[in-house]
Parts: sequence; C-alpha cells; structure tokens
Amino acid sequence: MYSVGIDVGSVAAKAVIFDGKKIVAKDIIPTGWSPKESGLFLYDKIKDSIHINDDQIKAIVGTGYGRVSLPFISKKVTEITCHGKGAHFIDPEIRTVIDIGGQDSKVIKMDENGHVIDFLMNDKCAAGTGRFLQVMAHILEIDVDDLSDIAKGAAPENINSMCTVFAESEVISLMASGASKESIAAGLLQSVCKKTYSLISKLNVEDKVFFSGGVSKNSLIKELLSERLGKEIISSDLSQFLGAIGAAVIGYEK
Amino acid sequence: MRPKIMQDVEALRGINSVKIKEAHEAGKKVVGMYCVFSPQEIALAADAITVSLCGTKQEPIEFAEKELPRNLCPLIKSSYGFAITDKCPYFYFSDVLLAETTCDGKKKMYELMAKLKPMHLMNLPQGAQGEEALAFWKNEMIRFKDFLEKQFGVEITEEKLKEAIKLMNRERSAMKRLHKLNAHKPAPLSGMDMMLAQWLKGFNVDKEAGIALVEGLITEVEEQMEKGIYAFDEKAPRILLTGCPIGSGSEKVLRILEESGASVVAFENCTGYKGLDVMVDENKEPITALAEKYLSTPCSCMTPNNGRLDLLRRLSEEYQVDGVVDLTWQACHTYNIESFTVKNYVKDTLNLPFIQIETDYSDSDEGQIRVRVEAFVETIK
Repeated sequence: MYSVGIDVGSVAAKAVIFDGKKIVAKDIIPTGWSPKESGLFLYDKIKDSIHINDDQIKAIVGTGYGRVSLPFISKKVTEITCHGKGAHFIDPEIRTVIDIGGQDSKVIKMDENGHVIDFLMNDKCAAGTGRFLQVMAHILEIDVDDLSDIAKGAAPENINSMCTVFAESEVISLMASGASKESIAAGLLQSVCKKTYSLISKLNVEDKVFFSGGVSKNSLIKELLSERLGKEIISSDLSQFLGAIGAAVIGYEK
Repeated sequence: MRPKIMQDVEALRGINSVKIKEAHEAGKKVVGMYCVFSPQEIALAADAITVSLCGTKQEPIEFAEKELPRNLCPLIKSSYGFAITDKCPYFYFSDVLLAETTCDGKKKMYELMAKLKPMHLMNLPQGAQGEEALAFWKNEMIRFKDFLEKQFGVEITEEKLKEAIKLMNRERSAMKRLHKLNAHKPAPLSGMDMMLAQWLKGFNVDKEAGIALVEGLITEVEEQMEKGIYAFDEKAPRILLTGCPIGSGSEKVLRILEESGASVVAFENCTGYKGLDVMVDENKEPITALAEKYLSTPCSCMTPNNGRLDLLRRLSEEYQVDGVVDLTWQACHTYNIESFTVKNYVKDTLNLPFIQIETDYSDSDEGQIRVRVEAFVETIK
C-alpha cells in the first residue's frame, strides 16, 4: 500500500508517494491560478508515473495553503506539522526547520519524534519570502534561481525596506544611481537573511537545523543564515518536498 | 445542539436598539461607556442607563482613519469611527460619555471624541498597588459622581449606590456562573456563544431582564448537560483566550480556533472573565468598595500587572486548559509588550503551549492565521 502527500503552496504544488519505507515518487508543478486543478492534475500525474491506481492508496493527505481546495484528500494537515514530520523522516536528529516558501517563512522546533513543540510564522506581509525574491529578480531581469550565483562575491548594497513594495522602489533607485546588478542581488539576499534571522532568533534554535521551502535552493541565503546563526544548516534535494513528505508519512501512519 | 435561548440572546441586537430609543424618549438618561474600568454602579445610582458603546467592527475604521493614524489599534479606530459616523445607536442616544485614561491611544482619541458629546474622563493611576493609587482612584470615583449629579441634576445617595452595587454584583455573579459552566469537560457552550452572550448583554437597557435571560440560559445549558449534550467532544483541545477585548465583528481568531476543532473554554480578557472575577464588597462604604473593585482589574495598562498572571494560572487550572492563545491588536503596545511576559509565564510556569496572534479587525490575514491556529491545535492534539 501507498500514501500520497500533496503540498499545494502559493507558487508550486508538490507531491510524493510513500510506500511505508521510502519515497517512491516525487513531482512538482507550478500551482498556477487554480490550486484545486493543479492539485488534482498533480495527483493523477504522480500516480501514473509509477503506474498505481486508487485501490493501492490508503491515504491522501493535503497540506499547504491550497489544502482547503482539494476535494479528493482524506485529511488535511497544516504545513507546519508536515514539515516537522518530513524533516524527521529525512533525518531523525533534526530539531529545527527553517522554511521559506512563496508567501510564508517559518521556523519550527520539534522533539525527537518529529512532533512540533513550537513554531513561529511571519505575519501577513510577504517580506523576506520567496515572493519578495521573485519580485526583485523580475526588476533585475534575471531568473530567481540565478540570484545566488549572481550575488556571490559581490559587495552587498544596503537595502533597508523589508516591505516588498517599498524595497521595489529602493531597488529601482539603486539601479538609477548606477549600482551593479550583482551588488543589488547580494543586498536583497542579505535583507532576506536579516528578516529571517529576526524571526528565528525568537526561538532557541537547536541542532540539527534543516532549511526547506523553495528559497532553500538559494545557496547564498543558506550560507549567510548559517553564518549569522553560528550553526550548520543542512538541506537536501528533497527540501522543497518536505511538506509533501510529512503529509505522506502522516497519511501512512494513520 | 445550540441552546434555544441563544436565539433570544441574539434577538437582543434588534430589541436593545429600539429600547434605548424608547428610554431616551421617555426622558431616561444614558451613560455610554467603553471600558471595564467604568464604575457602572455610580451611573445606575443616578437613575441612568449604562450601555457599552460600539467598537468591535471593521466598517467604520476607514472613516476614523481620516483623522486618526492608520497604525493605531483597531478598537480605538472602530470606536471613533462609529462615533463620527453616527452608526452606533447607543452612542447616538448617550447623554454623556464616560472615558478613562487606560492606554495612550485611547486617551488621545478621547480628546477628539469629547468634541462630539459631553464627556467625563476618569484618570487611572499608572499602577494599582499601594494606598496612594487607591486614594487617587477613589477621588476619581467621587469626581465622576459629582459630574453626574451636576449633569443630570440628581443626588446620588449612599443608599442608591448600595442598591446599584447589589444589582451589578447579581449581574456579575450570573455571568460568572455562565462562564463556569465551561469549566466542565467537555464544554457545554461554544466559545462563540459565550462571547456573544456577554457582548450582547453589554448593550442591555434593562439590567433585570438581562440577568433573567442569562439565568435562563444557564438553566437550559444545565438541562442539556444532564442529557449529555455538549458543544464539543471530550477530545477537543481546551483553549484559554487572553489578551485584547473582542466582540461581534472582532471574533476572527476565536472563530478560527473553534473552526479548527479547539474548544475555547475560558476568556481571560476584559470582555470575558476579567471584570467578573472580583465582586464589589457590599459591606464597605460604597465609594471605597467601588474603587477597590475596579482598581483590582488586571489590565495591561497597569504597571506592574502581575494580577493577570495570577488570573491566568487560576483559570488554566479551573478550566482544565490545554493551551493559551494571546490575541493582541496591532499597535496595542501594552498587550503586545506584555505578551512576552505572558508567554514565558505560560510556558515555563504553567507548562502549557502558547501562541500569540497579533492582528486587526480585517479579514486580510485570515489564511495565515488559519495556518498558525490549525498548527497550534495540531501540536496540542
């Protein structure tokens, strides 16, 4: 038997299939305008990829902001609980998860069983999230995935605004005054780190620290955060799937 | 199953706005109030009607923001917005307003509101401890009494004050009994209904009718309990809600909590149990007894405010609470700062899960709050 975890985030929808021991399939697609349709499409697509049918699936657990719009799931669980479970599945020694997604950033603390004991989440503002980086990359006319490479080694410009809207004007002014793309990119990543650090520092961060969510793909942010925290931060190519993995694990245990 | 009397409670919305008009037309004096520090007894002893004034809805905020800063607590903006737009019937029919120097935002807003109607401002001491604070506050009671006597041309006798104290104590003890029903596990009343019953009672023109209605509700709930009818099942996580006041229109966090499967059993806030905890001593000289009672209110505008921690401890034990939610309004400095102290106390001393939610009256952050609240409930389960 299998369980499916579907994490419909604000930017990307992620799904994994779990056989009780390991992740046997994973897939990711852009969420697009309809979380319901993307979720359903992704569910069918991932089933087809390993040729299984509904009878072989004991549970489908939905998470992410789109969890409320998936009519076919057996249970919905918040991404906070799922990230805890997912991280525990990847490495049982993980005690802190820093998750920066498309519209949220979170820090989650877990016990030795992957049970969430405390968490903090940003308020309604998109400051310091993936959305912030997307908007800024767009102004710099670069791909958001290239931000890290471009910024590496550059002297960061000081970007003071945390607000996405204000930071946009600030970046435009910097561009007008002749600042380089590289140094603006470095400044933007610094500012995300600053914002994230102020959230993290309210909780007592314990080893091991795992970095998840779409923004965890940005190697420079990971490096800068680790420097500020004075702790090693680990990540994996499954980072973006952490919520979906947690959901699948919860579904299997149920 | 929801108690049938809740329909009568909800009908108060319509009934009270008509009754206040009738009372006004019959020549009754109306004293409008905002705060749990307001000594209703003194106004009742002047044969006036006391009503809570509107301040829990989003709609008038945009009008208030023409004169007030945007980055101000929604309760202050809503109260002022209702006042300047004349959308609150209780404000409209108030002959005088009673204001109080609780937080900075409110006292500066009151300066503007005082231009609309006769207003009496009671000065609160900064702290509640010591004889000096009590003497100061007692003098404020006398000033309010003198103001009403002059304004309404009446004499507030000791006899009248004693009567009013007895009446208000009866109202408090009825509300207290209603709250205590939810100390039972599982809770017989939803937190939403508890909030609604208390909030609507605040606009009640007829105190005796209000007490009778609450007592009727208690009787019906007790009958339901005997039949095993409860609002939540035994497994629902039991939440103590503390922090800023709430009412209909600002119940967002309470609603999301209960929609997420939690049973909000205790309200430490000033629209909940805070003002019911201590009765007025009926055997003391009335003004002293009133001063003592109201000064004992553990509000974050007082420094220090250790009484709140003590109340949180007592409520968490009595109501068998599984977690504490501190709701604070944006730009409410006193509650937002105190939240750190409350968090440490709840986590380290009470050993209970804790979450602070800072928000306003709008729906714009409902999605994010839902994630946090659901995750909080998941960690308790």
